[in-house]
Amino acid sequence: MVATKNDNQIKMSARKVCVSYSGKQALFNVDLDILHQSVTALIGPSGCGKSTFLRCLNRMNDYIEGCIFHGSVRIDGKDIYDPKLDVVELRARIGMVFQKPNPFPKSIYDNIAYGPQIHGLAKDKSELEEIVHTSLEKAGLLKEVKDRLQEPGTGLSGGQQQRLCIARAIAVSPEVILMDEPCSALDPIATAHVEELIDELRDNFTIVIVTHNMQQAARVSQNTAFFHLGNLVEYGATETIFTSPQDERTQGYITGRFG
Amino acid sequence: MTNTLLKGFPIKEGERTETISKRRERRYAAEKRFKILGILSILVAISTLFLLIGNMINKGFSAFKQTYLELSISLPENKFPNEKQISPNVISELNFKSFLKRALLKKFPEIKSRRDKRLLYKLISSGATFDLQDAVFENPKLLGKTITTLAIASDDVDQYIKGNITANNQGRITIKQSKWIDKLVDDGVINQKFNLKFFTNGDSREPELAGILGATIGSLLTMLVALALAFPLGVAAAIYLEEFAPKNRWTDLVEVNISNLAAVPSIVFGLLGLAVFLGFFGMHRSAPLVGGVVLALMTLPTVIIASRAALGSVPPSIREAATGIGASPMQVVLHHVLPLAIPGILTGTIIGAARALGETAPLLMIGMVAFIVDIPQGINDSATALPVQIFLWADSPERAFVEKTAAATLVLLTVLIIMNLGAVLLRKKFERRW
Ligand SMILES: Nc1ncnc2c1ncn2[C@@H]1O[C@H](COP(=O)(O)OP(=O)(O)O)[C@@H](O)[C@H]1O
Ligand SMILES: [Mg+2]
Repeated sequence: MVATKNDNQIKMSARKVCVSYSGKQALFNVDLDILHQSVTALIGPSGCGKSTFLRCLNRMNDYIEGCIFHGSVRIDGKDIYDPKLDVVELRARIGMVFQKPNPFPKSIYDNIAYGPQIHGLAKDKSELEEIVHTSLEKAGLLKEVKDRLQEPGTGLSGGQQQRLCIARAIAVSPEVILMDEPCSALDPIATAHVEELIDELRDNFTIVIVTHNMQQAARVSQNTAFFHLGNLVEYGATETIFTSPQDERTQGYITGRFG
Repeated sequence: MTNTLLKGFPIKEGERTETISKRRERRYAAEKRFKILGILSILVAISTLFLLIGNMINKGFSAFKQTYLELSISLPENKFPNEKQISPNVISELNFKSFLKRALLKKFPEIKSRRDKRLLYKLISSGATFDLQDAVFENPKLLGKTITTLAIASDDVDQYIKGNITANNQGRITIKQSKWIDKLVDDGVINQKFNLKFFTNGDSREPELAGILGATIGSLLTMLVALALAFPLGVAAAIYLEEFAPKNRWTDLVEVNISNLAAVPSIVFGLLGLAVFLGFFGMHRSAPLVGGVVLALMTLPTVIIASRAALGSVPPSIREAATGIGASPMQVVLHHVLPLAIPGILTGTIIGAARALGETAPLLMIGMVAFIVDIPQGINDSATALPVQIFLWADSPERAFVEKTAAATLVLLTVLIIMNLGAVLLRKKFERRW
């Protein structure tokens, strides 16, 4: 199905996205619009291509050997696969948070300062400090770490590490943040923390989140896309998807008959 | 109670515990055997090492001592009142040899025949003359005074004192000479002293004057050249192959060839150096520059392979994290991957360098085997290297070179240990423990 919404709200749009890994096709003609400053959840059984689709949105698939992309992805109407487009700049606009928290083996401060530094977002040290503090604040981590900014980021707990990674993504002030199962390695309390955070971030950022946790999708997202075997089966308002799904595969999945 | 747990399994109810415990005993026994084997092999390795080092120390330690004769010499008056006129040439016109001879002869007034005198003079090394000459040149005020000097004994006296050779009339020390030596020892004229010359001299035909400094400097210069070439080239090649190169038939071919190069016998690299660097480019023979280039070629594959392994073991999540916030591939490598890989790279490089330091064959091919007395001053001077020096001394007929050979081996081992220590310290410094 084609998922199109009111055009002026569309932040990113994917059209006819096909991806194959060394000849094995993982995504088939996916058309999907991502709405401005909202949370879009991608759900579906594992191996259905959620991560693959997410990684198409900031071209992280570029570095995977044998990965071939067809179709188009636009942000604010501009094709991100345009050969003239600078990937580095694109990634400054579209940040990413990964499944396993992956802070750099550096101090908490340096973890967050790195992005602004390489993009030249801070003119001097005090500006950089400001960015670090604001990012930690927005990620809800400042209170916990403000006295130990020079300590290694890898010394934090799993949940804190993941919020550190979110803060690191925020620090370059991206427009879109992609999250690939950001809570799957976290305990329920840390998960609740991150979910709250996602809800707050929606005010400033457009968020796309992959999750295998249906409750999570229902809790944090406004729109949900259900993938199955590389196809986008159904896409719509989260409420609609969870209360009255159109496709029986969607229904089967959200009621737990397969997954 | 009948056990429903085992329903459908081939094992019977009563046998279960027994079977498991029997098997467990066998498992523990196997584990114990494996442990014992491991400990045994470590013991064998350590004892071999101790045997080697112990043997070297046993043989070579006496080389760190040298026999001297304490002679009092009356020097002639200074005929050059103007100090500026005193040059090595002027000084060497004085017959220092005869001063030493006279001083020694004074101890044995009974010796009259020329043959006996000649035998007596042989107790002193030719180096003693130069030592005395140097001392006077450095301090001309000594002229006209009677001074006590330590005249270095000849290698035969040294070996006789150390008990390595015995006196007989066909040998290096005649019975007559041995009596004189014994008397000199009794009078306290002959003494042993720390052999500084061994560490400050270059090679010499006279064992008592031969030192290791020339070879050590030669080795260090060679290693410097080798590392300065192999480290940056190797790391750069590894970074390209591991991080940037597309995986295709060409890079596969390059990879296979690098692995093959690592296994090429070192003498082949020597032949290459001979043909290309000496023959084609006409570089200076016997120079550390050529030796270093050849050893760099030999070390390069090791550095590349170790560096690639170190780069490859950096978790991909770090690369993803950096890429995800917009680091360019170059920044990903330089800011994140390389710093994490540096300890591994250093270890690989040091292993390669240690192998190169002990390498003899390729250096023989490019002429670093020559007899060179002077200490090399730069990478283009003729030089030899420690392992080659060991090879040369081991090949010399004089008994005194036996202990020199062992002592040189000890020096080589010490340099190796210092290098490895340096590697460990560097590793510690760069290793991030978080
Ligand atoms: N790097 C890769 N190389 C080859 N195949 C891949 C790779 N990544 C994913 N795939 C394949 O693509 C399909 C979709 O994977 P993915 O997008 O990771 O699924 P999901 O995130 O929904 O679990 C799977 O069949 C998977 O085996
Ligand atoms: Mg996934």
